[in-house]
Amino acid sequence: MELDELYTDLILEYSQSSAYKKPLIQPNRKMRGVNPSCGDNIELELKVDNDIIQEIGLLGNGCAISQASASMMAELIEGKTVKEAKELAKTFIGMIQKTVTNGEELKILEEARAFQNISNMPARVKCAVLSWHTLEEALGED
Amino acid sequence: MKDFRKDFPLFTNIDKQGRSIAYLDNAATTQKPYAVLQAQEEYYKNKNANPHRGAYDLSIEATKVLDDVREKTKRWLHVPIDGEIIFTKNASESLNLVAYSYGMTYIKEGDEIVLAVSEHHSNLVPWQMVAKAKGAHLTYLYLNEEGRITLEEANRKITSKTKLVAIAQVSNVTGLVSPIEEIIGLAHSKGAVVVVDGTQGAAHLAVDLENMDADFYAFSGHKMLGPMGIGVLYGKKKYLNEMPPFLYGGDMIEYVEEQSTTYAPVPQKFEAGTQNMGSIAGFGAAIDYLEQIGMSQIQRIEEDLTRYLLERLSSVSHVNIIGSSSLENRIGVVPFVVDGVHPHDVVTILNKDLVAIRSGNHCAQPLHSFLKVPATCRASVYLYNTKEDIDRLADSLKGVRRWLGYGA
Repeated sequence: MELDELYTDLILEYSQSSAYKKPLIQPNRKMRGVNPSCGDNIELELKVDNDIIQEIGLLGNGCAISQASASMMAELIEGKTVKEAKELAKTFIGMIQKTVTNGEELKILEEARAFQNISNMPARVKCAVLSWHTLEEALGED
Repeated sequence: MKDFRKDFPLFTNIDKQGRSIAYLDNAATTQKPYAVLQAQEEYYKNKNANPHRGAYDLSIEATKVLDDVREKTKRWLHVPIDGEIIFTKNASESLNLVAYSYGMTYIKEGDEIVLAVSEHHSNLVPWQMVAKAKGAHLTYLYLNEEGRITLEEANRKITSKTKLVAIAQVSNVTGLVSPIEEIIGLAHSKGAVVVVDGTQGAAHLAVDLENMDADFYAFSGHKMLGPMGIGVLYGKKKYLNEMPPFLYGGDMIEYVEEQSTTYAPVPQKFEAGTQNMGSIAGFGAAIDYLEQIGMSQIQRIEEDLTRYLLERLSSVSHVNIIGSSSLENRIGVVPFVVDGVHPHDVVTILNKDLVAIRSGNHCAQPLHSFLKVPATCRASVYLYNTKEDIDRLADSLKGVRRWLGYGA
């Protein structure tokens, strides 16, 4: 994978987005995700009401890939039900692990499909999935 | 000057553009010269049997390899007559041995363990374990603005309550050399034992354990040209003789009865099971290789490289060296950050130019919290590096910010 396929305008834009980078006033789910080898560290805050993800706060810091992935995730899950968010997480992680390759199935990821190629970059896979794994933990088992 | 790179087969690997790797991650592990690889192979081809077991010539020869490398290690480190060398898997295992065997036996409730905030996790987490288990307290030595451990700080923190001081001879993040002899003298005057993590020290400095007077000194073979899987623990016999074994089993015993066992004397007491003999043979060859050049000559070569590395890094705009940028009391390990770019992105971009450095916490999270930086980049040199490697690093760094969408 070439660098210009990795650091695309889309990914750079999301990596610098501050739309969700603020603590929530009354989060009811909180989860920390760390990637000790490179120092990525995110704290995901959620406000879930009536099974709907109403608000998302992204704290902590990390590389451009982990930050962009987290911002896109926040945009995707806002207003979704817990079940829908879990389905998105499963699909995103499946895309990176190459277990979900069907274009139709991937459509729900919208712009987050920009990360599909990162599966060819083993050193950066963990950065892309960090926020999604953290989301899965925050939402808990079915 | 001799081209050391010719001794290292990894540098003969050339990519499509005719480049070999600019390997600047020597604080993580070093490349291996032919001499080390050949010694490993020679052991398995011609000398392999289980040491200490067989009464036949081949086993005696294998035992001789083990004994010879132990003696060579002692000479190389100037081990005093009342000290001993134990082979382990790596520095982490050496330090765990001290924590489990010495720490769990002698540290008591209310005792204080003093360690530097810059310690590698391998000389920090085992002491947290001991402190938790025993109800002891961990007290940290903090760094001055330059990133150095000062004697004033050591004087404040090391008291009559201190039973053990765990400290690196050289930080694996800042590259700065600790005033180790003074700290050891101070600790001894308060009745504390000192456990020195010599992982970055042994590889780059001439070490004299008799002068240093450390009670324990640990390091890994693979960071000083040796193979992976071989580590060293030096200890004073007065402690080693009294400490309980760390691992139990074959080759560390004297008499075994159904209900009880007496143990072999030091060092065998701490070397349960068959040792990593190929790596021990390779480690011996690594010492020979370093000795042939001479540690003082290696220090001179690395000082030249480090001066150049500091100069070049300082010359790239938006690159900020963390801690001291002086050459004084340091080895060629330099941490830095690039404005606005996370270290992991820096490393990905440098990788495209076949320049290898490390990013992250470098197994020193408390230090990064103390410095209030989430992660750093780290370039580290060894004797085979060249100014060209450093030029390639600096040139590649100039392009980093552009990839992240900055003007320059």
